[in-house]
Amino acid sequence: MDRNLSAFAPDQALVRPLVETNRRFWILVGVLCSLMAVGAACYLMQLRDGLQVTGMNVPVYWGVYITNFVFFIGISHAGTLISAILRICKAEWRRSITRAAEVITVMVLFFGAGSIILDLGRPDRALNVILHSNFESPLLWDVTSISVYLTGSIIYLYLPLIPDLALLRDGLGKRRWLYRALALGWTGSARQHRLLERAISIMAIIILPIAVSVHTVVSWVFAMTVQPMWHSAIFGPYFVVGAIFSGIGALIVFMAIIRWAYGLEGYFKEIQFRNLGLLLLTMSMLWFYFTLSEFITTYYGGSPDHMVIFWAKLTGPYAPMFWTMVVGCFVIPMTLLSTRLLPVVPSTVLAGITVNIGMWIERYTIVVPSLARPRLPLETGVYYPSFVEIAMTVAFFAGFFLLYLLFTRLFPIVAIWEIREGREVSVTEVSERVASYLPEVGEAQDA
Amino acid sequence: MARWGMVIDLDTCTGCQACTIACSIENNVPPPDPDGSDDHRPFTWMRLLPWIGEESPEAAGRMFPRPCMHCDDPPCTKVCPVDATNIDREGIVRQIYPRCIGCRYCTTACPYTVRYFNWKTPSWPEPLEESLNPDVSIRPAGVVEKCTFCHHRLQRAHDTAAAEGRELQEGEYMPACVEVCPSQSMFFGDLDDPDSAVSRRSRTTRAFRLLEELGTKPKVIYLRKGE
Ligand code: SF4
Ligand code: SF4
Repeated sequence: MDRNLSAFAPDQALVRPLVETNRRFWILVGVLCSLMAVGAACYLMQLRDGLQVTGMNVPVYWGVYITNFVFFIGISHAGTLISAILRICKAEWRRSITRAAEVITVMVLFFGAGSIILDLGRPDRALNVILHSNFESPLLWDVTSISVYLTGSIIYLYLPLIPDLALLRDGLGKRRWLYRALALGWTGSARQHRLLERAISIMAIIILPIAVSVHTVVSWVFAMTVQPMWHSAIFGPYFVVGAIFSGIGALIVFMAIIRWAYGLEGYFKEIQFRNLGLLLLTMSMLWFYFTLSEFITTYYGGSPDHMVIFWAKLTGPYAPMFWTMVVGCFVIPMTLLSTRLLPVVPSTVLAGITVNIGMWIERYTIVVPSLARPRLPLETGVYYPSFVEIAMTVAFFAGFFLLYLLFTRLFPIVAIWEIREGREVSVTEVSERVASYLPEVGEAQDA
Repeated sequence: MARWGMVIDLDTCTGCQACTIACSIENNVPPPDPDGSDDHRPFTWMRLLPWIGEESPEAAGRMFPRPCMHCDDPPCTKVCPVDATNIDREGIVRQIYPRCIGCRYCTTACPYTVRYFNWKTPSWPEPLEESLNPDVSIRPAGVVEKCTFCHHRLQRAHDTAAAEGRELQEGEYMPACVEVCPSQSMFFGDLDDPDSAVSRRSRTTRAFRLLEELGTKPKVIYLRKGE
């Protein structure tokens, strides 16, 4: 490529995806678009024929769509939350991964919210949620909390993007109108930097409680009913832990893909994978602790309504899924991350994948079994997702990947200015900070 | 203001299902597809359920009829995001079809599983199409419906009484199932009136409510097997 990227030296690698595309990219876009087209056709069919095209029935009124809703909203905790925590803790290794994380949140939230629309019998009346709001309903808490979260996450993604947009406006020569409009006249003055840093820290702090509230109210959709094994006080924290857990897993997988696709080994180093792997390990133990608490209290309580669902999960028709979940969320990550069976990167990526499979199954085995075994002696519900539901699920995943992919082609997926700042300022700043933690040389001698 | 309730005597109920049929005809609930293509989806607002286990301590027969309980503290209305289901002044839990967004949260929240979703546009085989009840609206695809205690009959009874300038009398308003029950096992009336047939029966030792421990305060009261 003859394009001159010297304005970005020594981080040319970060802007290269913005100017160069290859066959691989277009093939991938093509595949994702066709998967989405199948989904769109299925959705039109669902609009025309009603929800009879799904596998849902009496009494299993919720299925894969609601599972996906909880799963996608869970993944969204990958970004904003983790990035905010790392920023607040001044974890220096965060510099290259915060943006990759924040983009996950924003993109996946569209599909989380979309899953709810998809599940509605009358999507044409979705606005009734505003026109006739009943704030007693946990579903309305969800709508509120998720809208605030989405808005906050977009702002939180956008703010640290501004200096990079200005860099692109001045140095890239392509799509200048876009970058100019978005850069809001950033000149990089000391005052602007101060304001930006201030805004980012404020957002980082605001976004934390919002993120916690989001998955809490998602869990309350279930916990606020009196249904067996939904009506549980532990659900709020249990879901938040599960969300952060799957979110970290997703972030690791995305980092590995970006690093491989754009050759960014220098930015996504072993240390990032190792640290996130440790976080994943911690969350895995927490997840296990919550799952154990949930099941053991149910078992000792021994209420017959709950026990029906309990055994359906542990030894009944949902047992294969249940135990796959335990293996995916606990056994495999524990084995891989606490030993050196595999090198760091493959082991964290593998654990990230099994955790996400396990967490999807977790949501499924929360939603479906409680509905399939109603309290009154009806015939037991059976539910198998239909082709339409599977195709829509695939289409949603494809759409999520496509949006993410397009983002990486329009904006640098690693914050260039934050990397520069790290090189230019933080190295000395951090050594000074560390020095300030220690006793002065003179003091130590006097003592 | 009356507080409408129903009493079902399980000692005399024969499980004949006349209530189920009468309800479906009265309320325009479509029959299942003859080819069975809508497996696990057809419903009736009133349904006969089997007791689990061989012998039932509660009922003479092995079946019991189950309409909506019209709970005084209904878990279903609380969760509706758009207030498309709520409890009216006379204790009837109603459903506002044109407002329902079909999220099916209420169907999952009702512990009695008496709420049903319209998976498709309802249809009737040839001659039945012409004998639909004009007093009851036909529900479109995508909304939830359930037993209304034949609310349209209450409206009509109120209108008649108002036109004649008098109070509603006991027995003037009665859902289709109660009216049709051949063994006269169902009673209907005002639970707040201490002398009404339902009130008197609801105070006997045979009276019990389904899943009473959940605190939903059902207004459908069952009478267990007599001596
Ligand atoms: S029985 Fe179910 S649908 Fe009827 S009022 Fe009670 S909770 Fe609502
Ligand atoms: S399905 Fe309809 S009535 Fe039931 S909770 Fe949703 S909007 Fe309300």
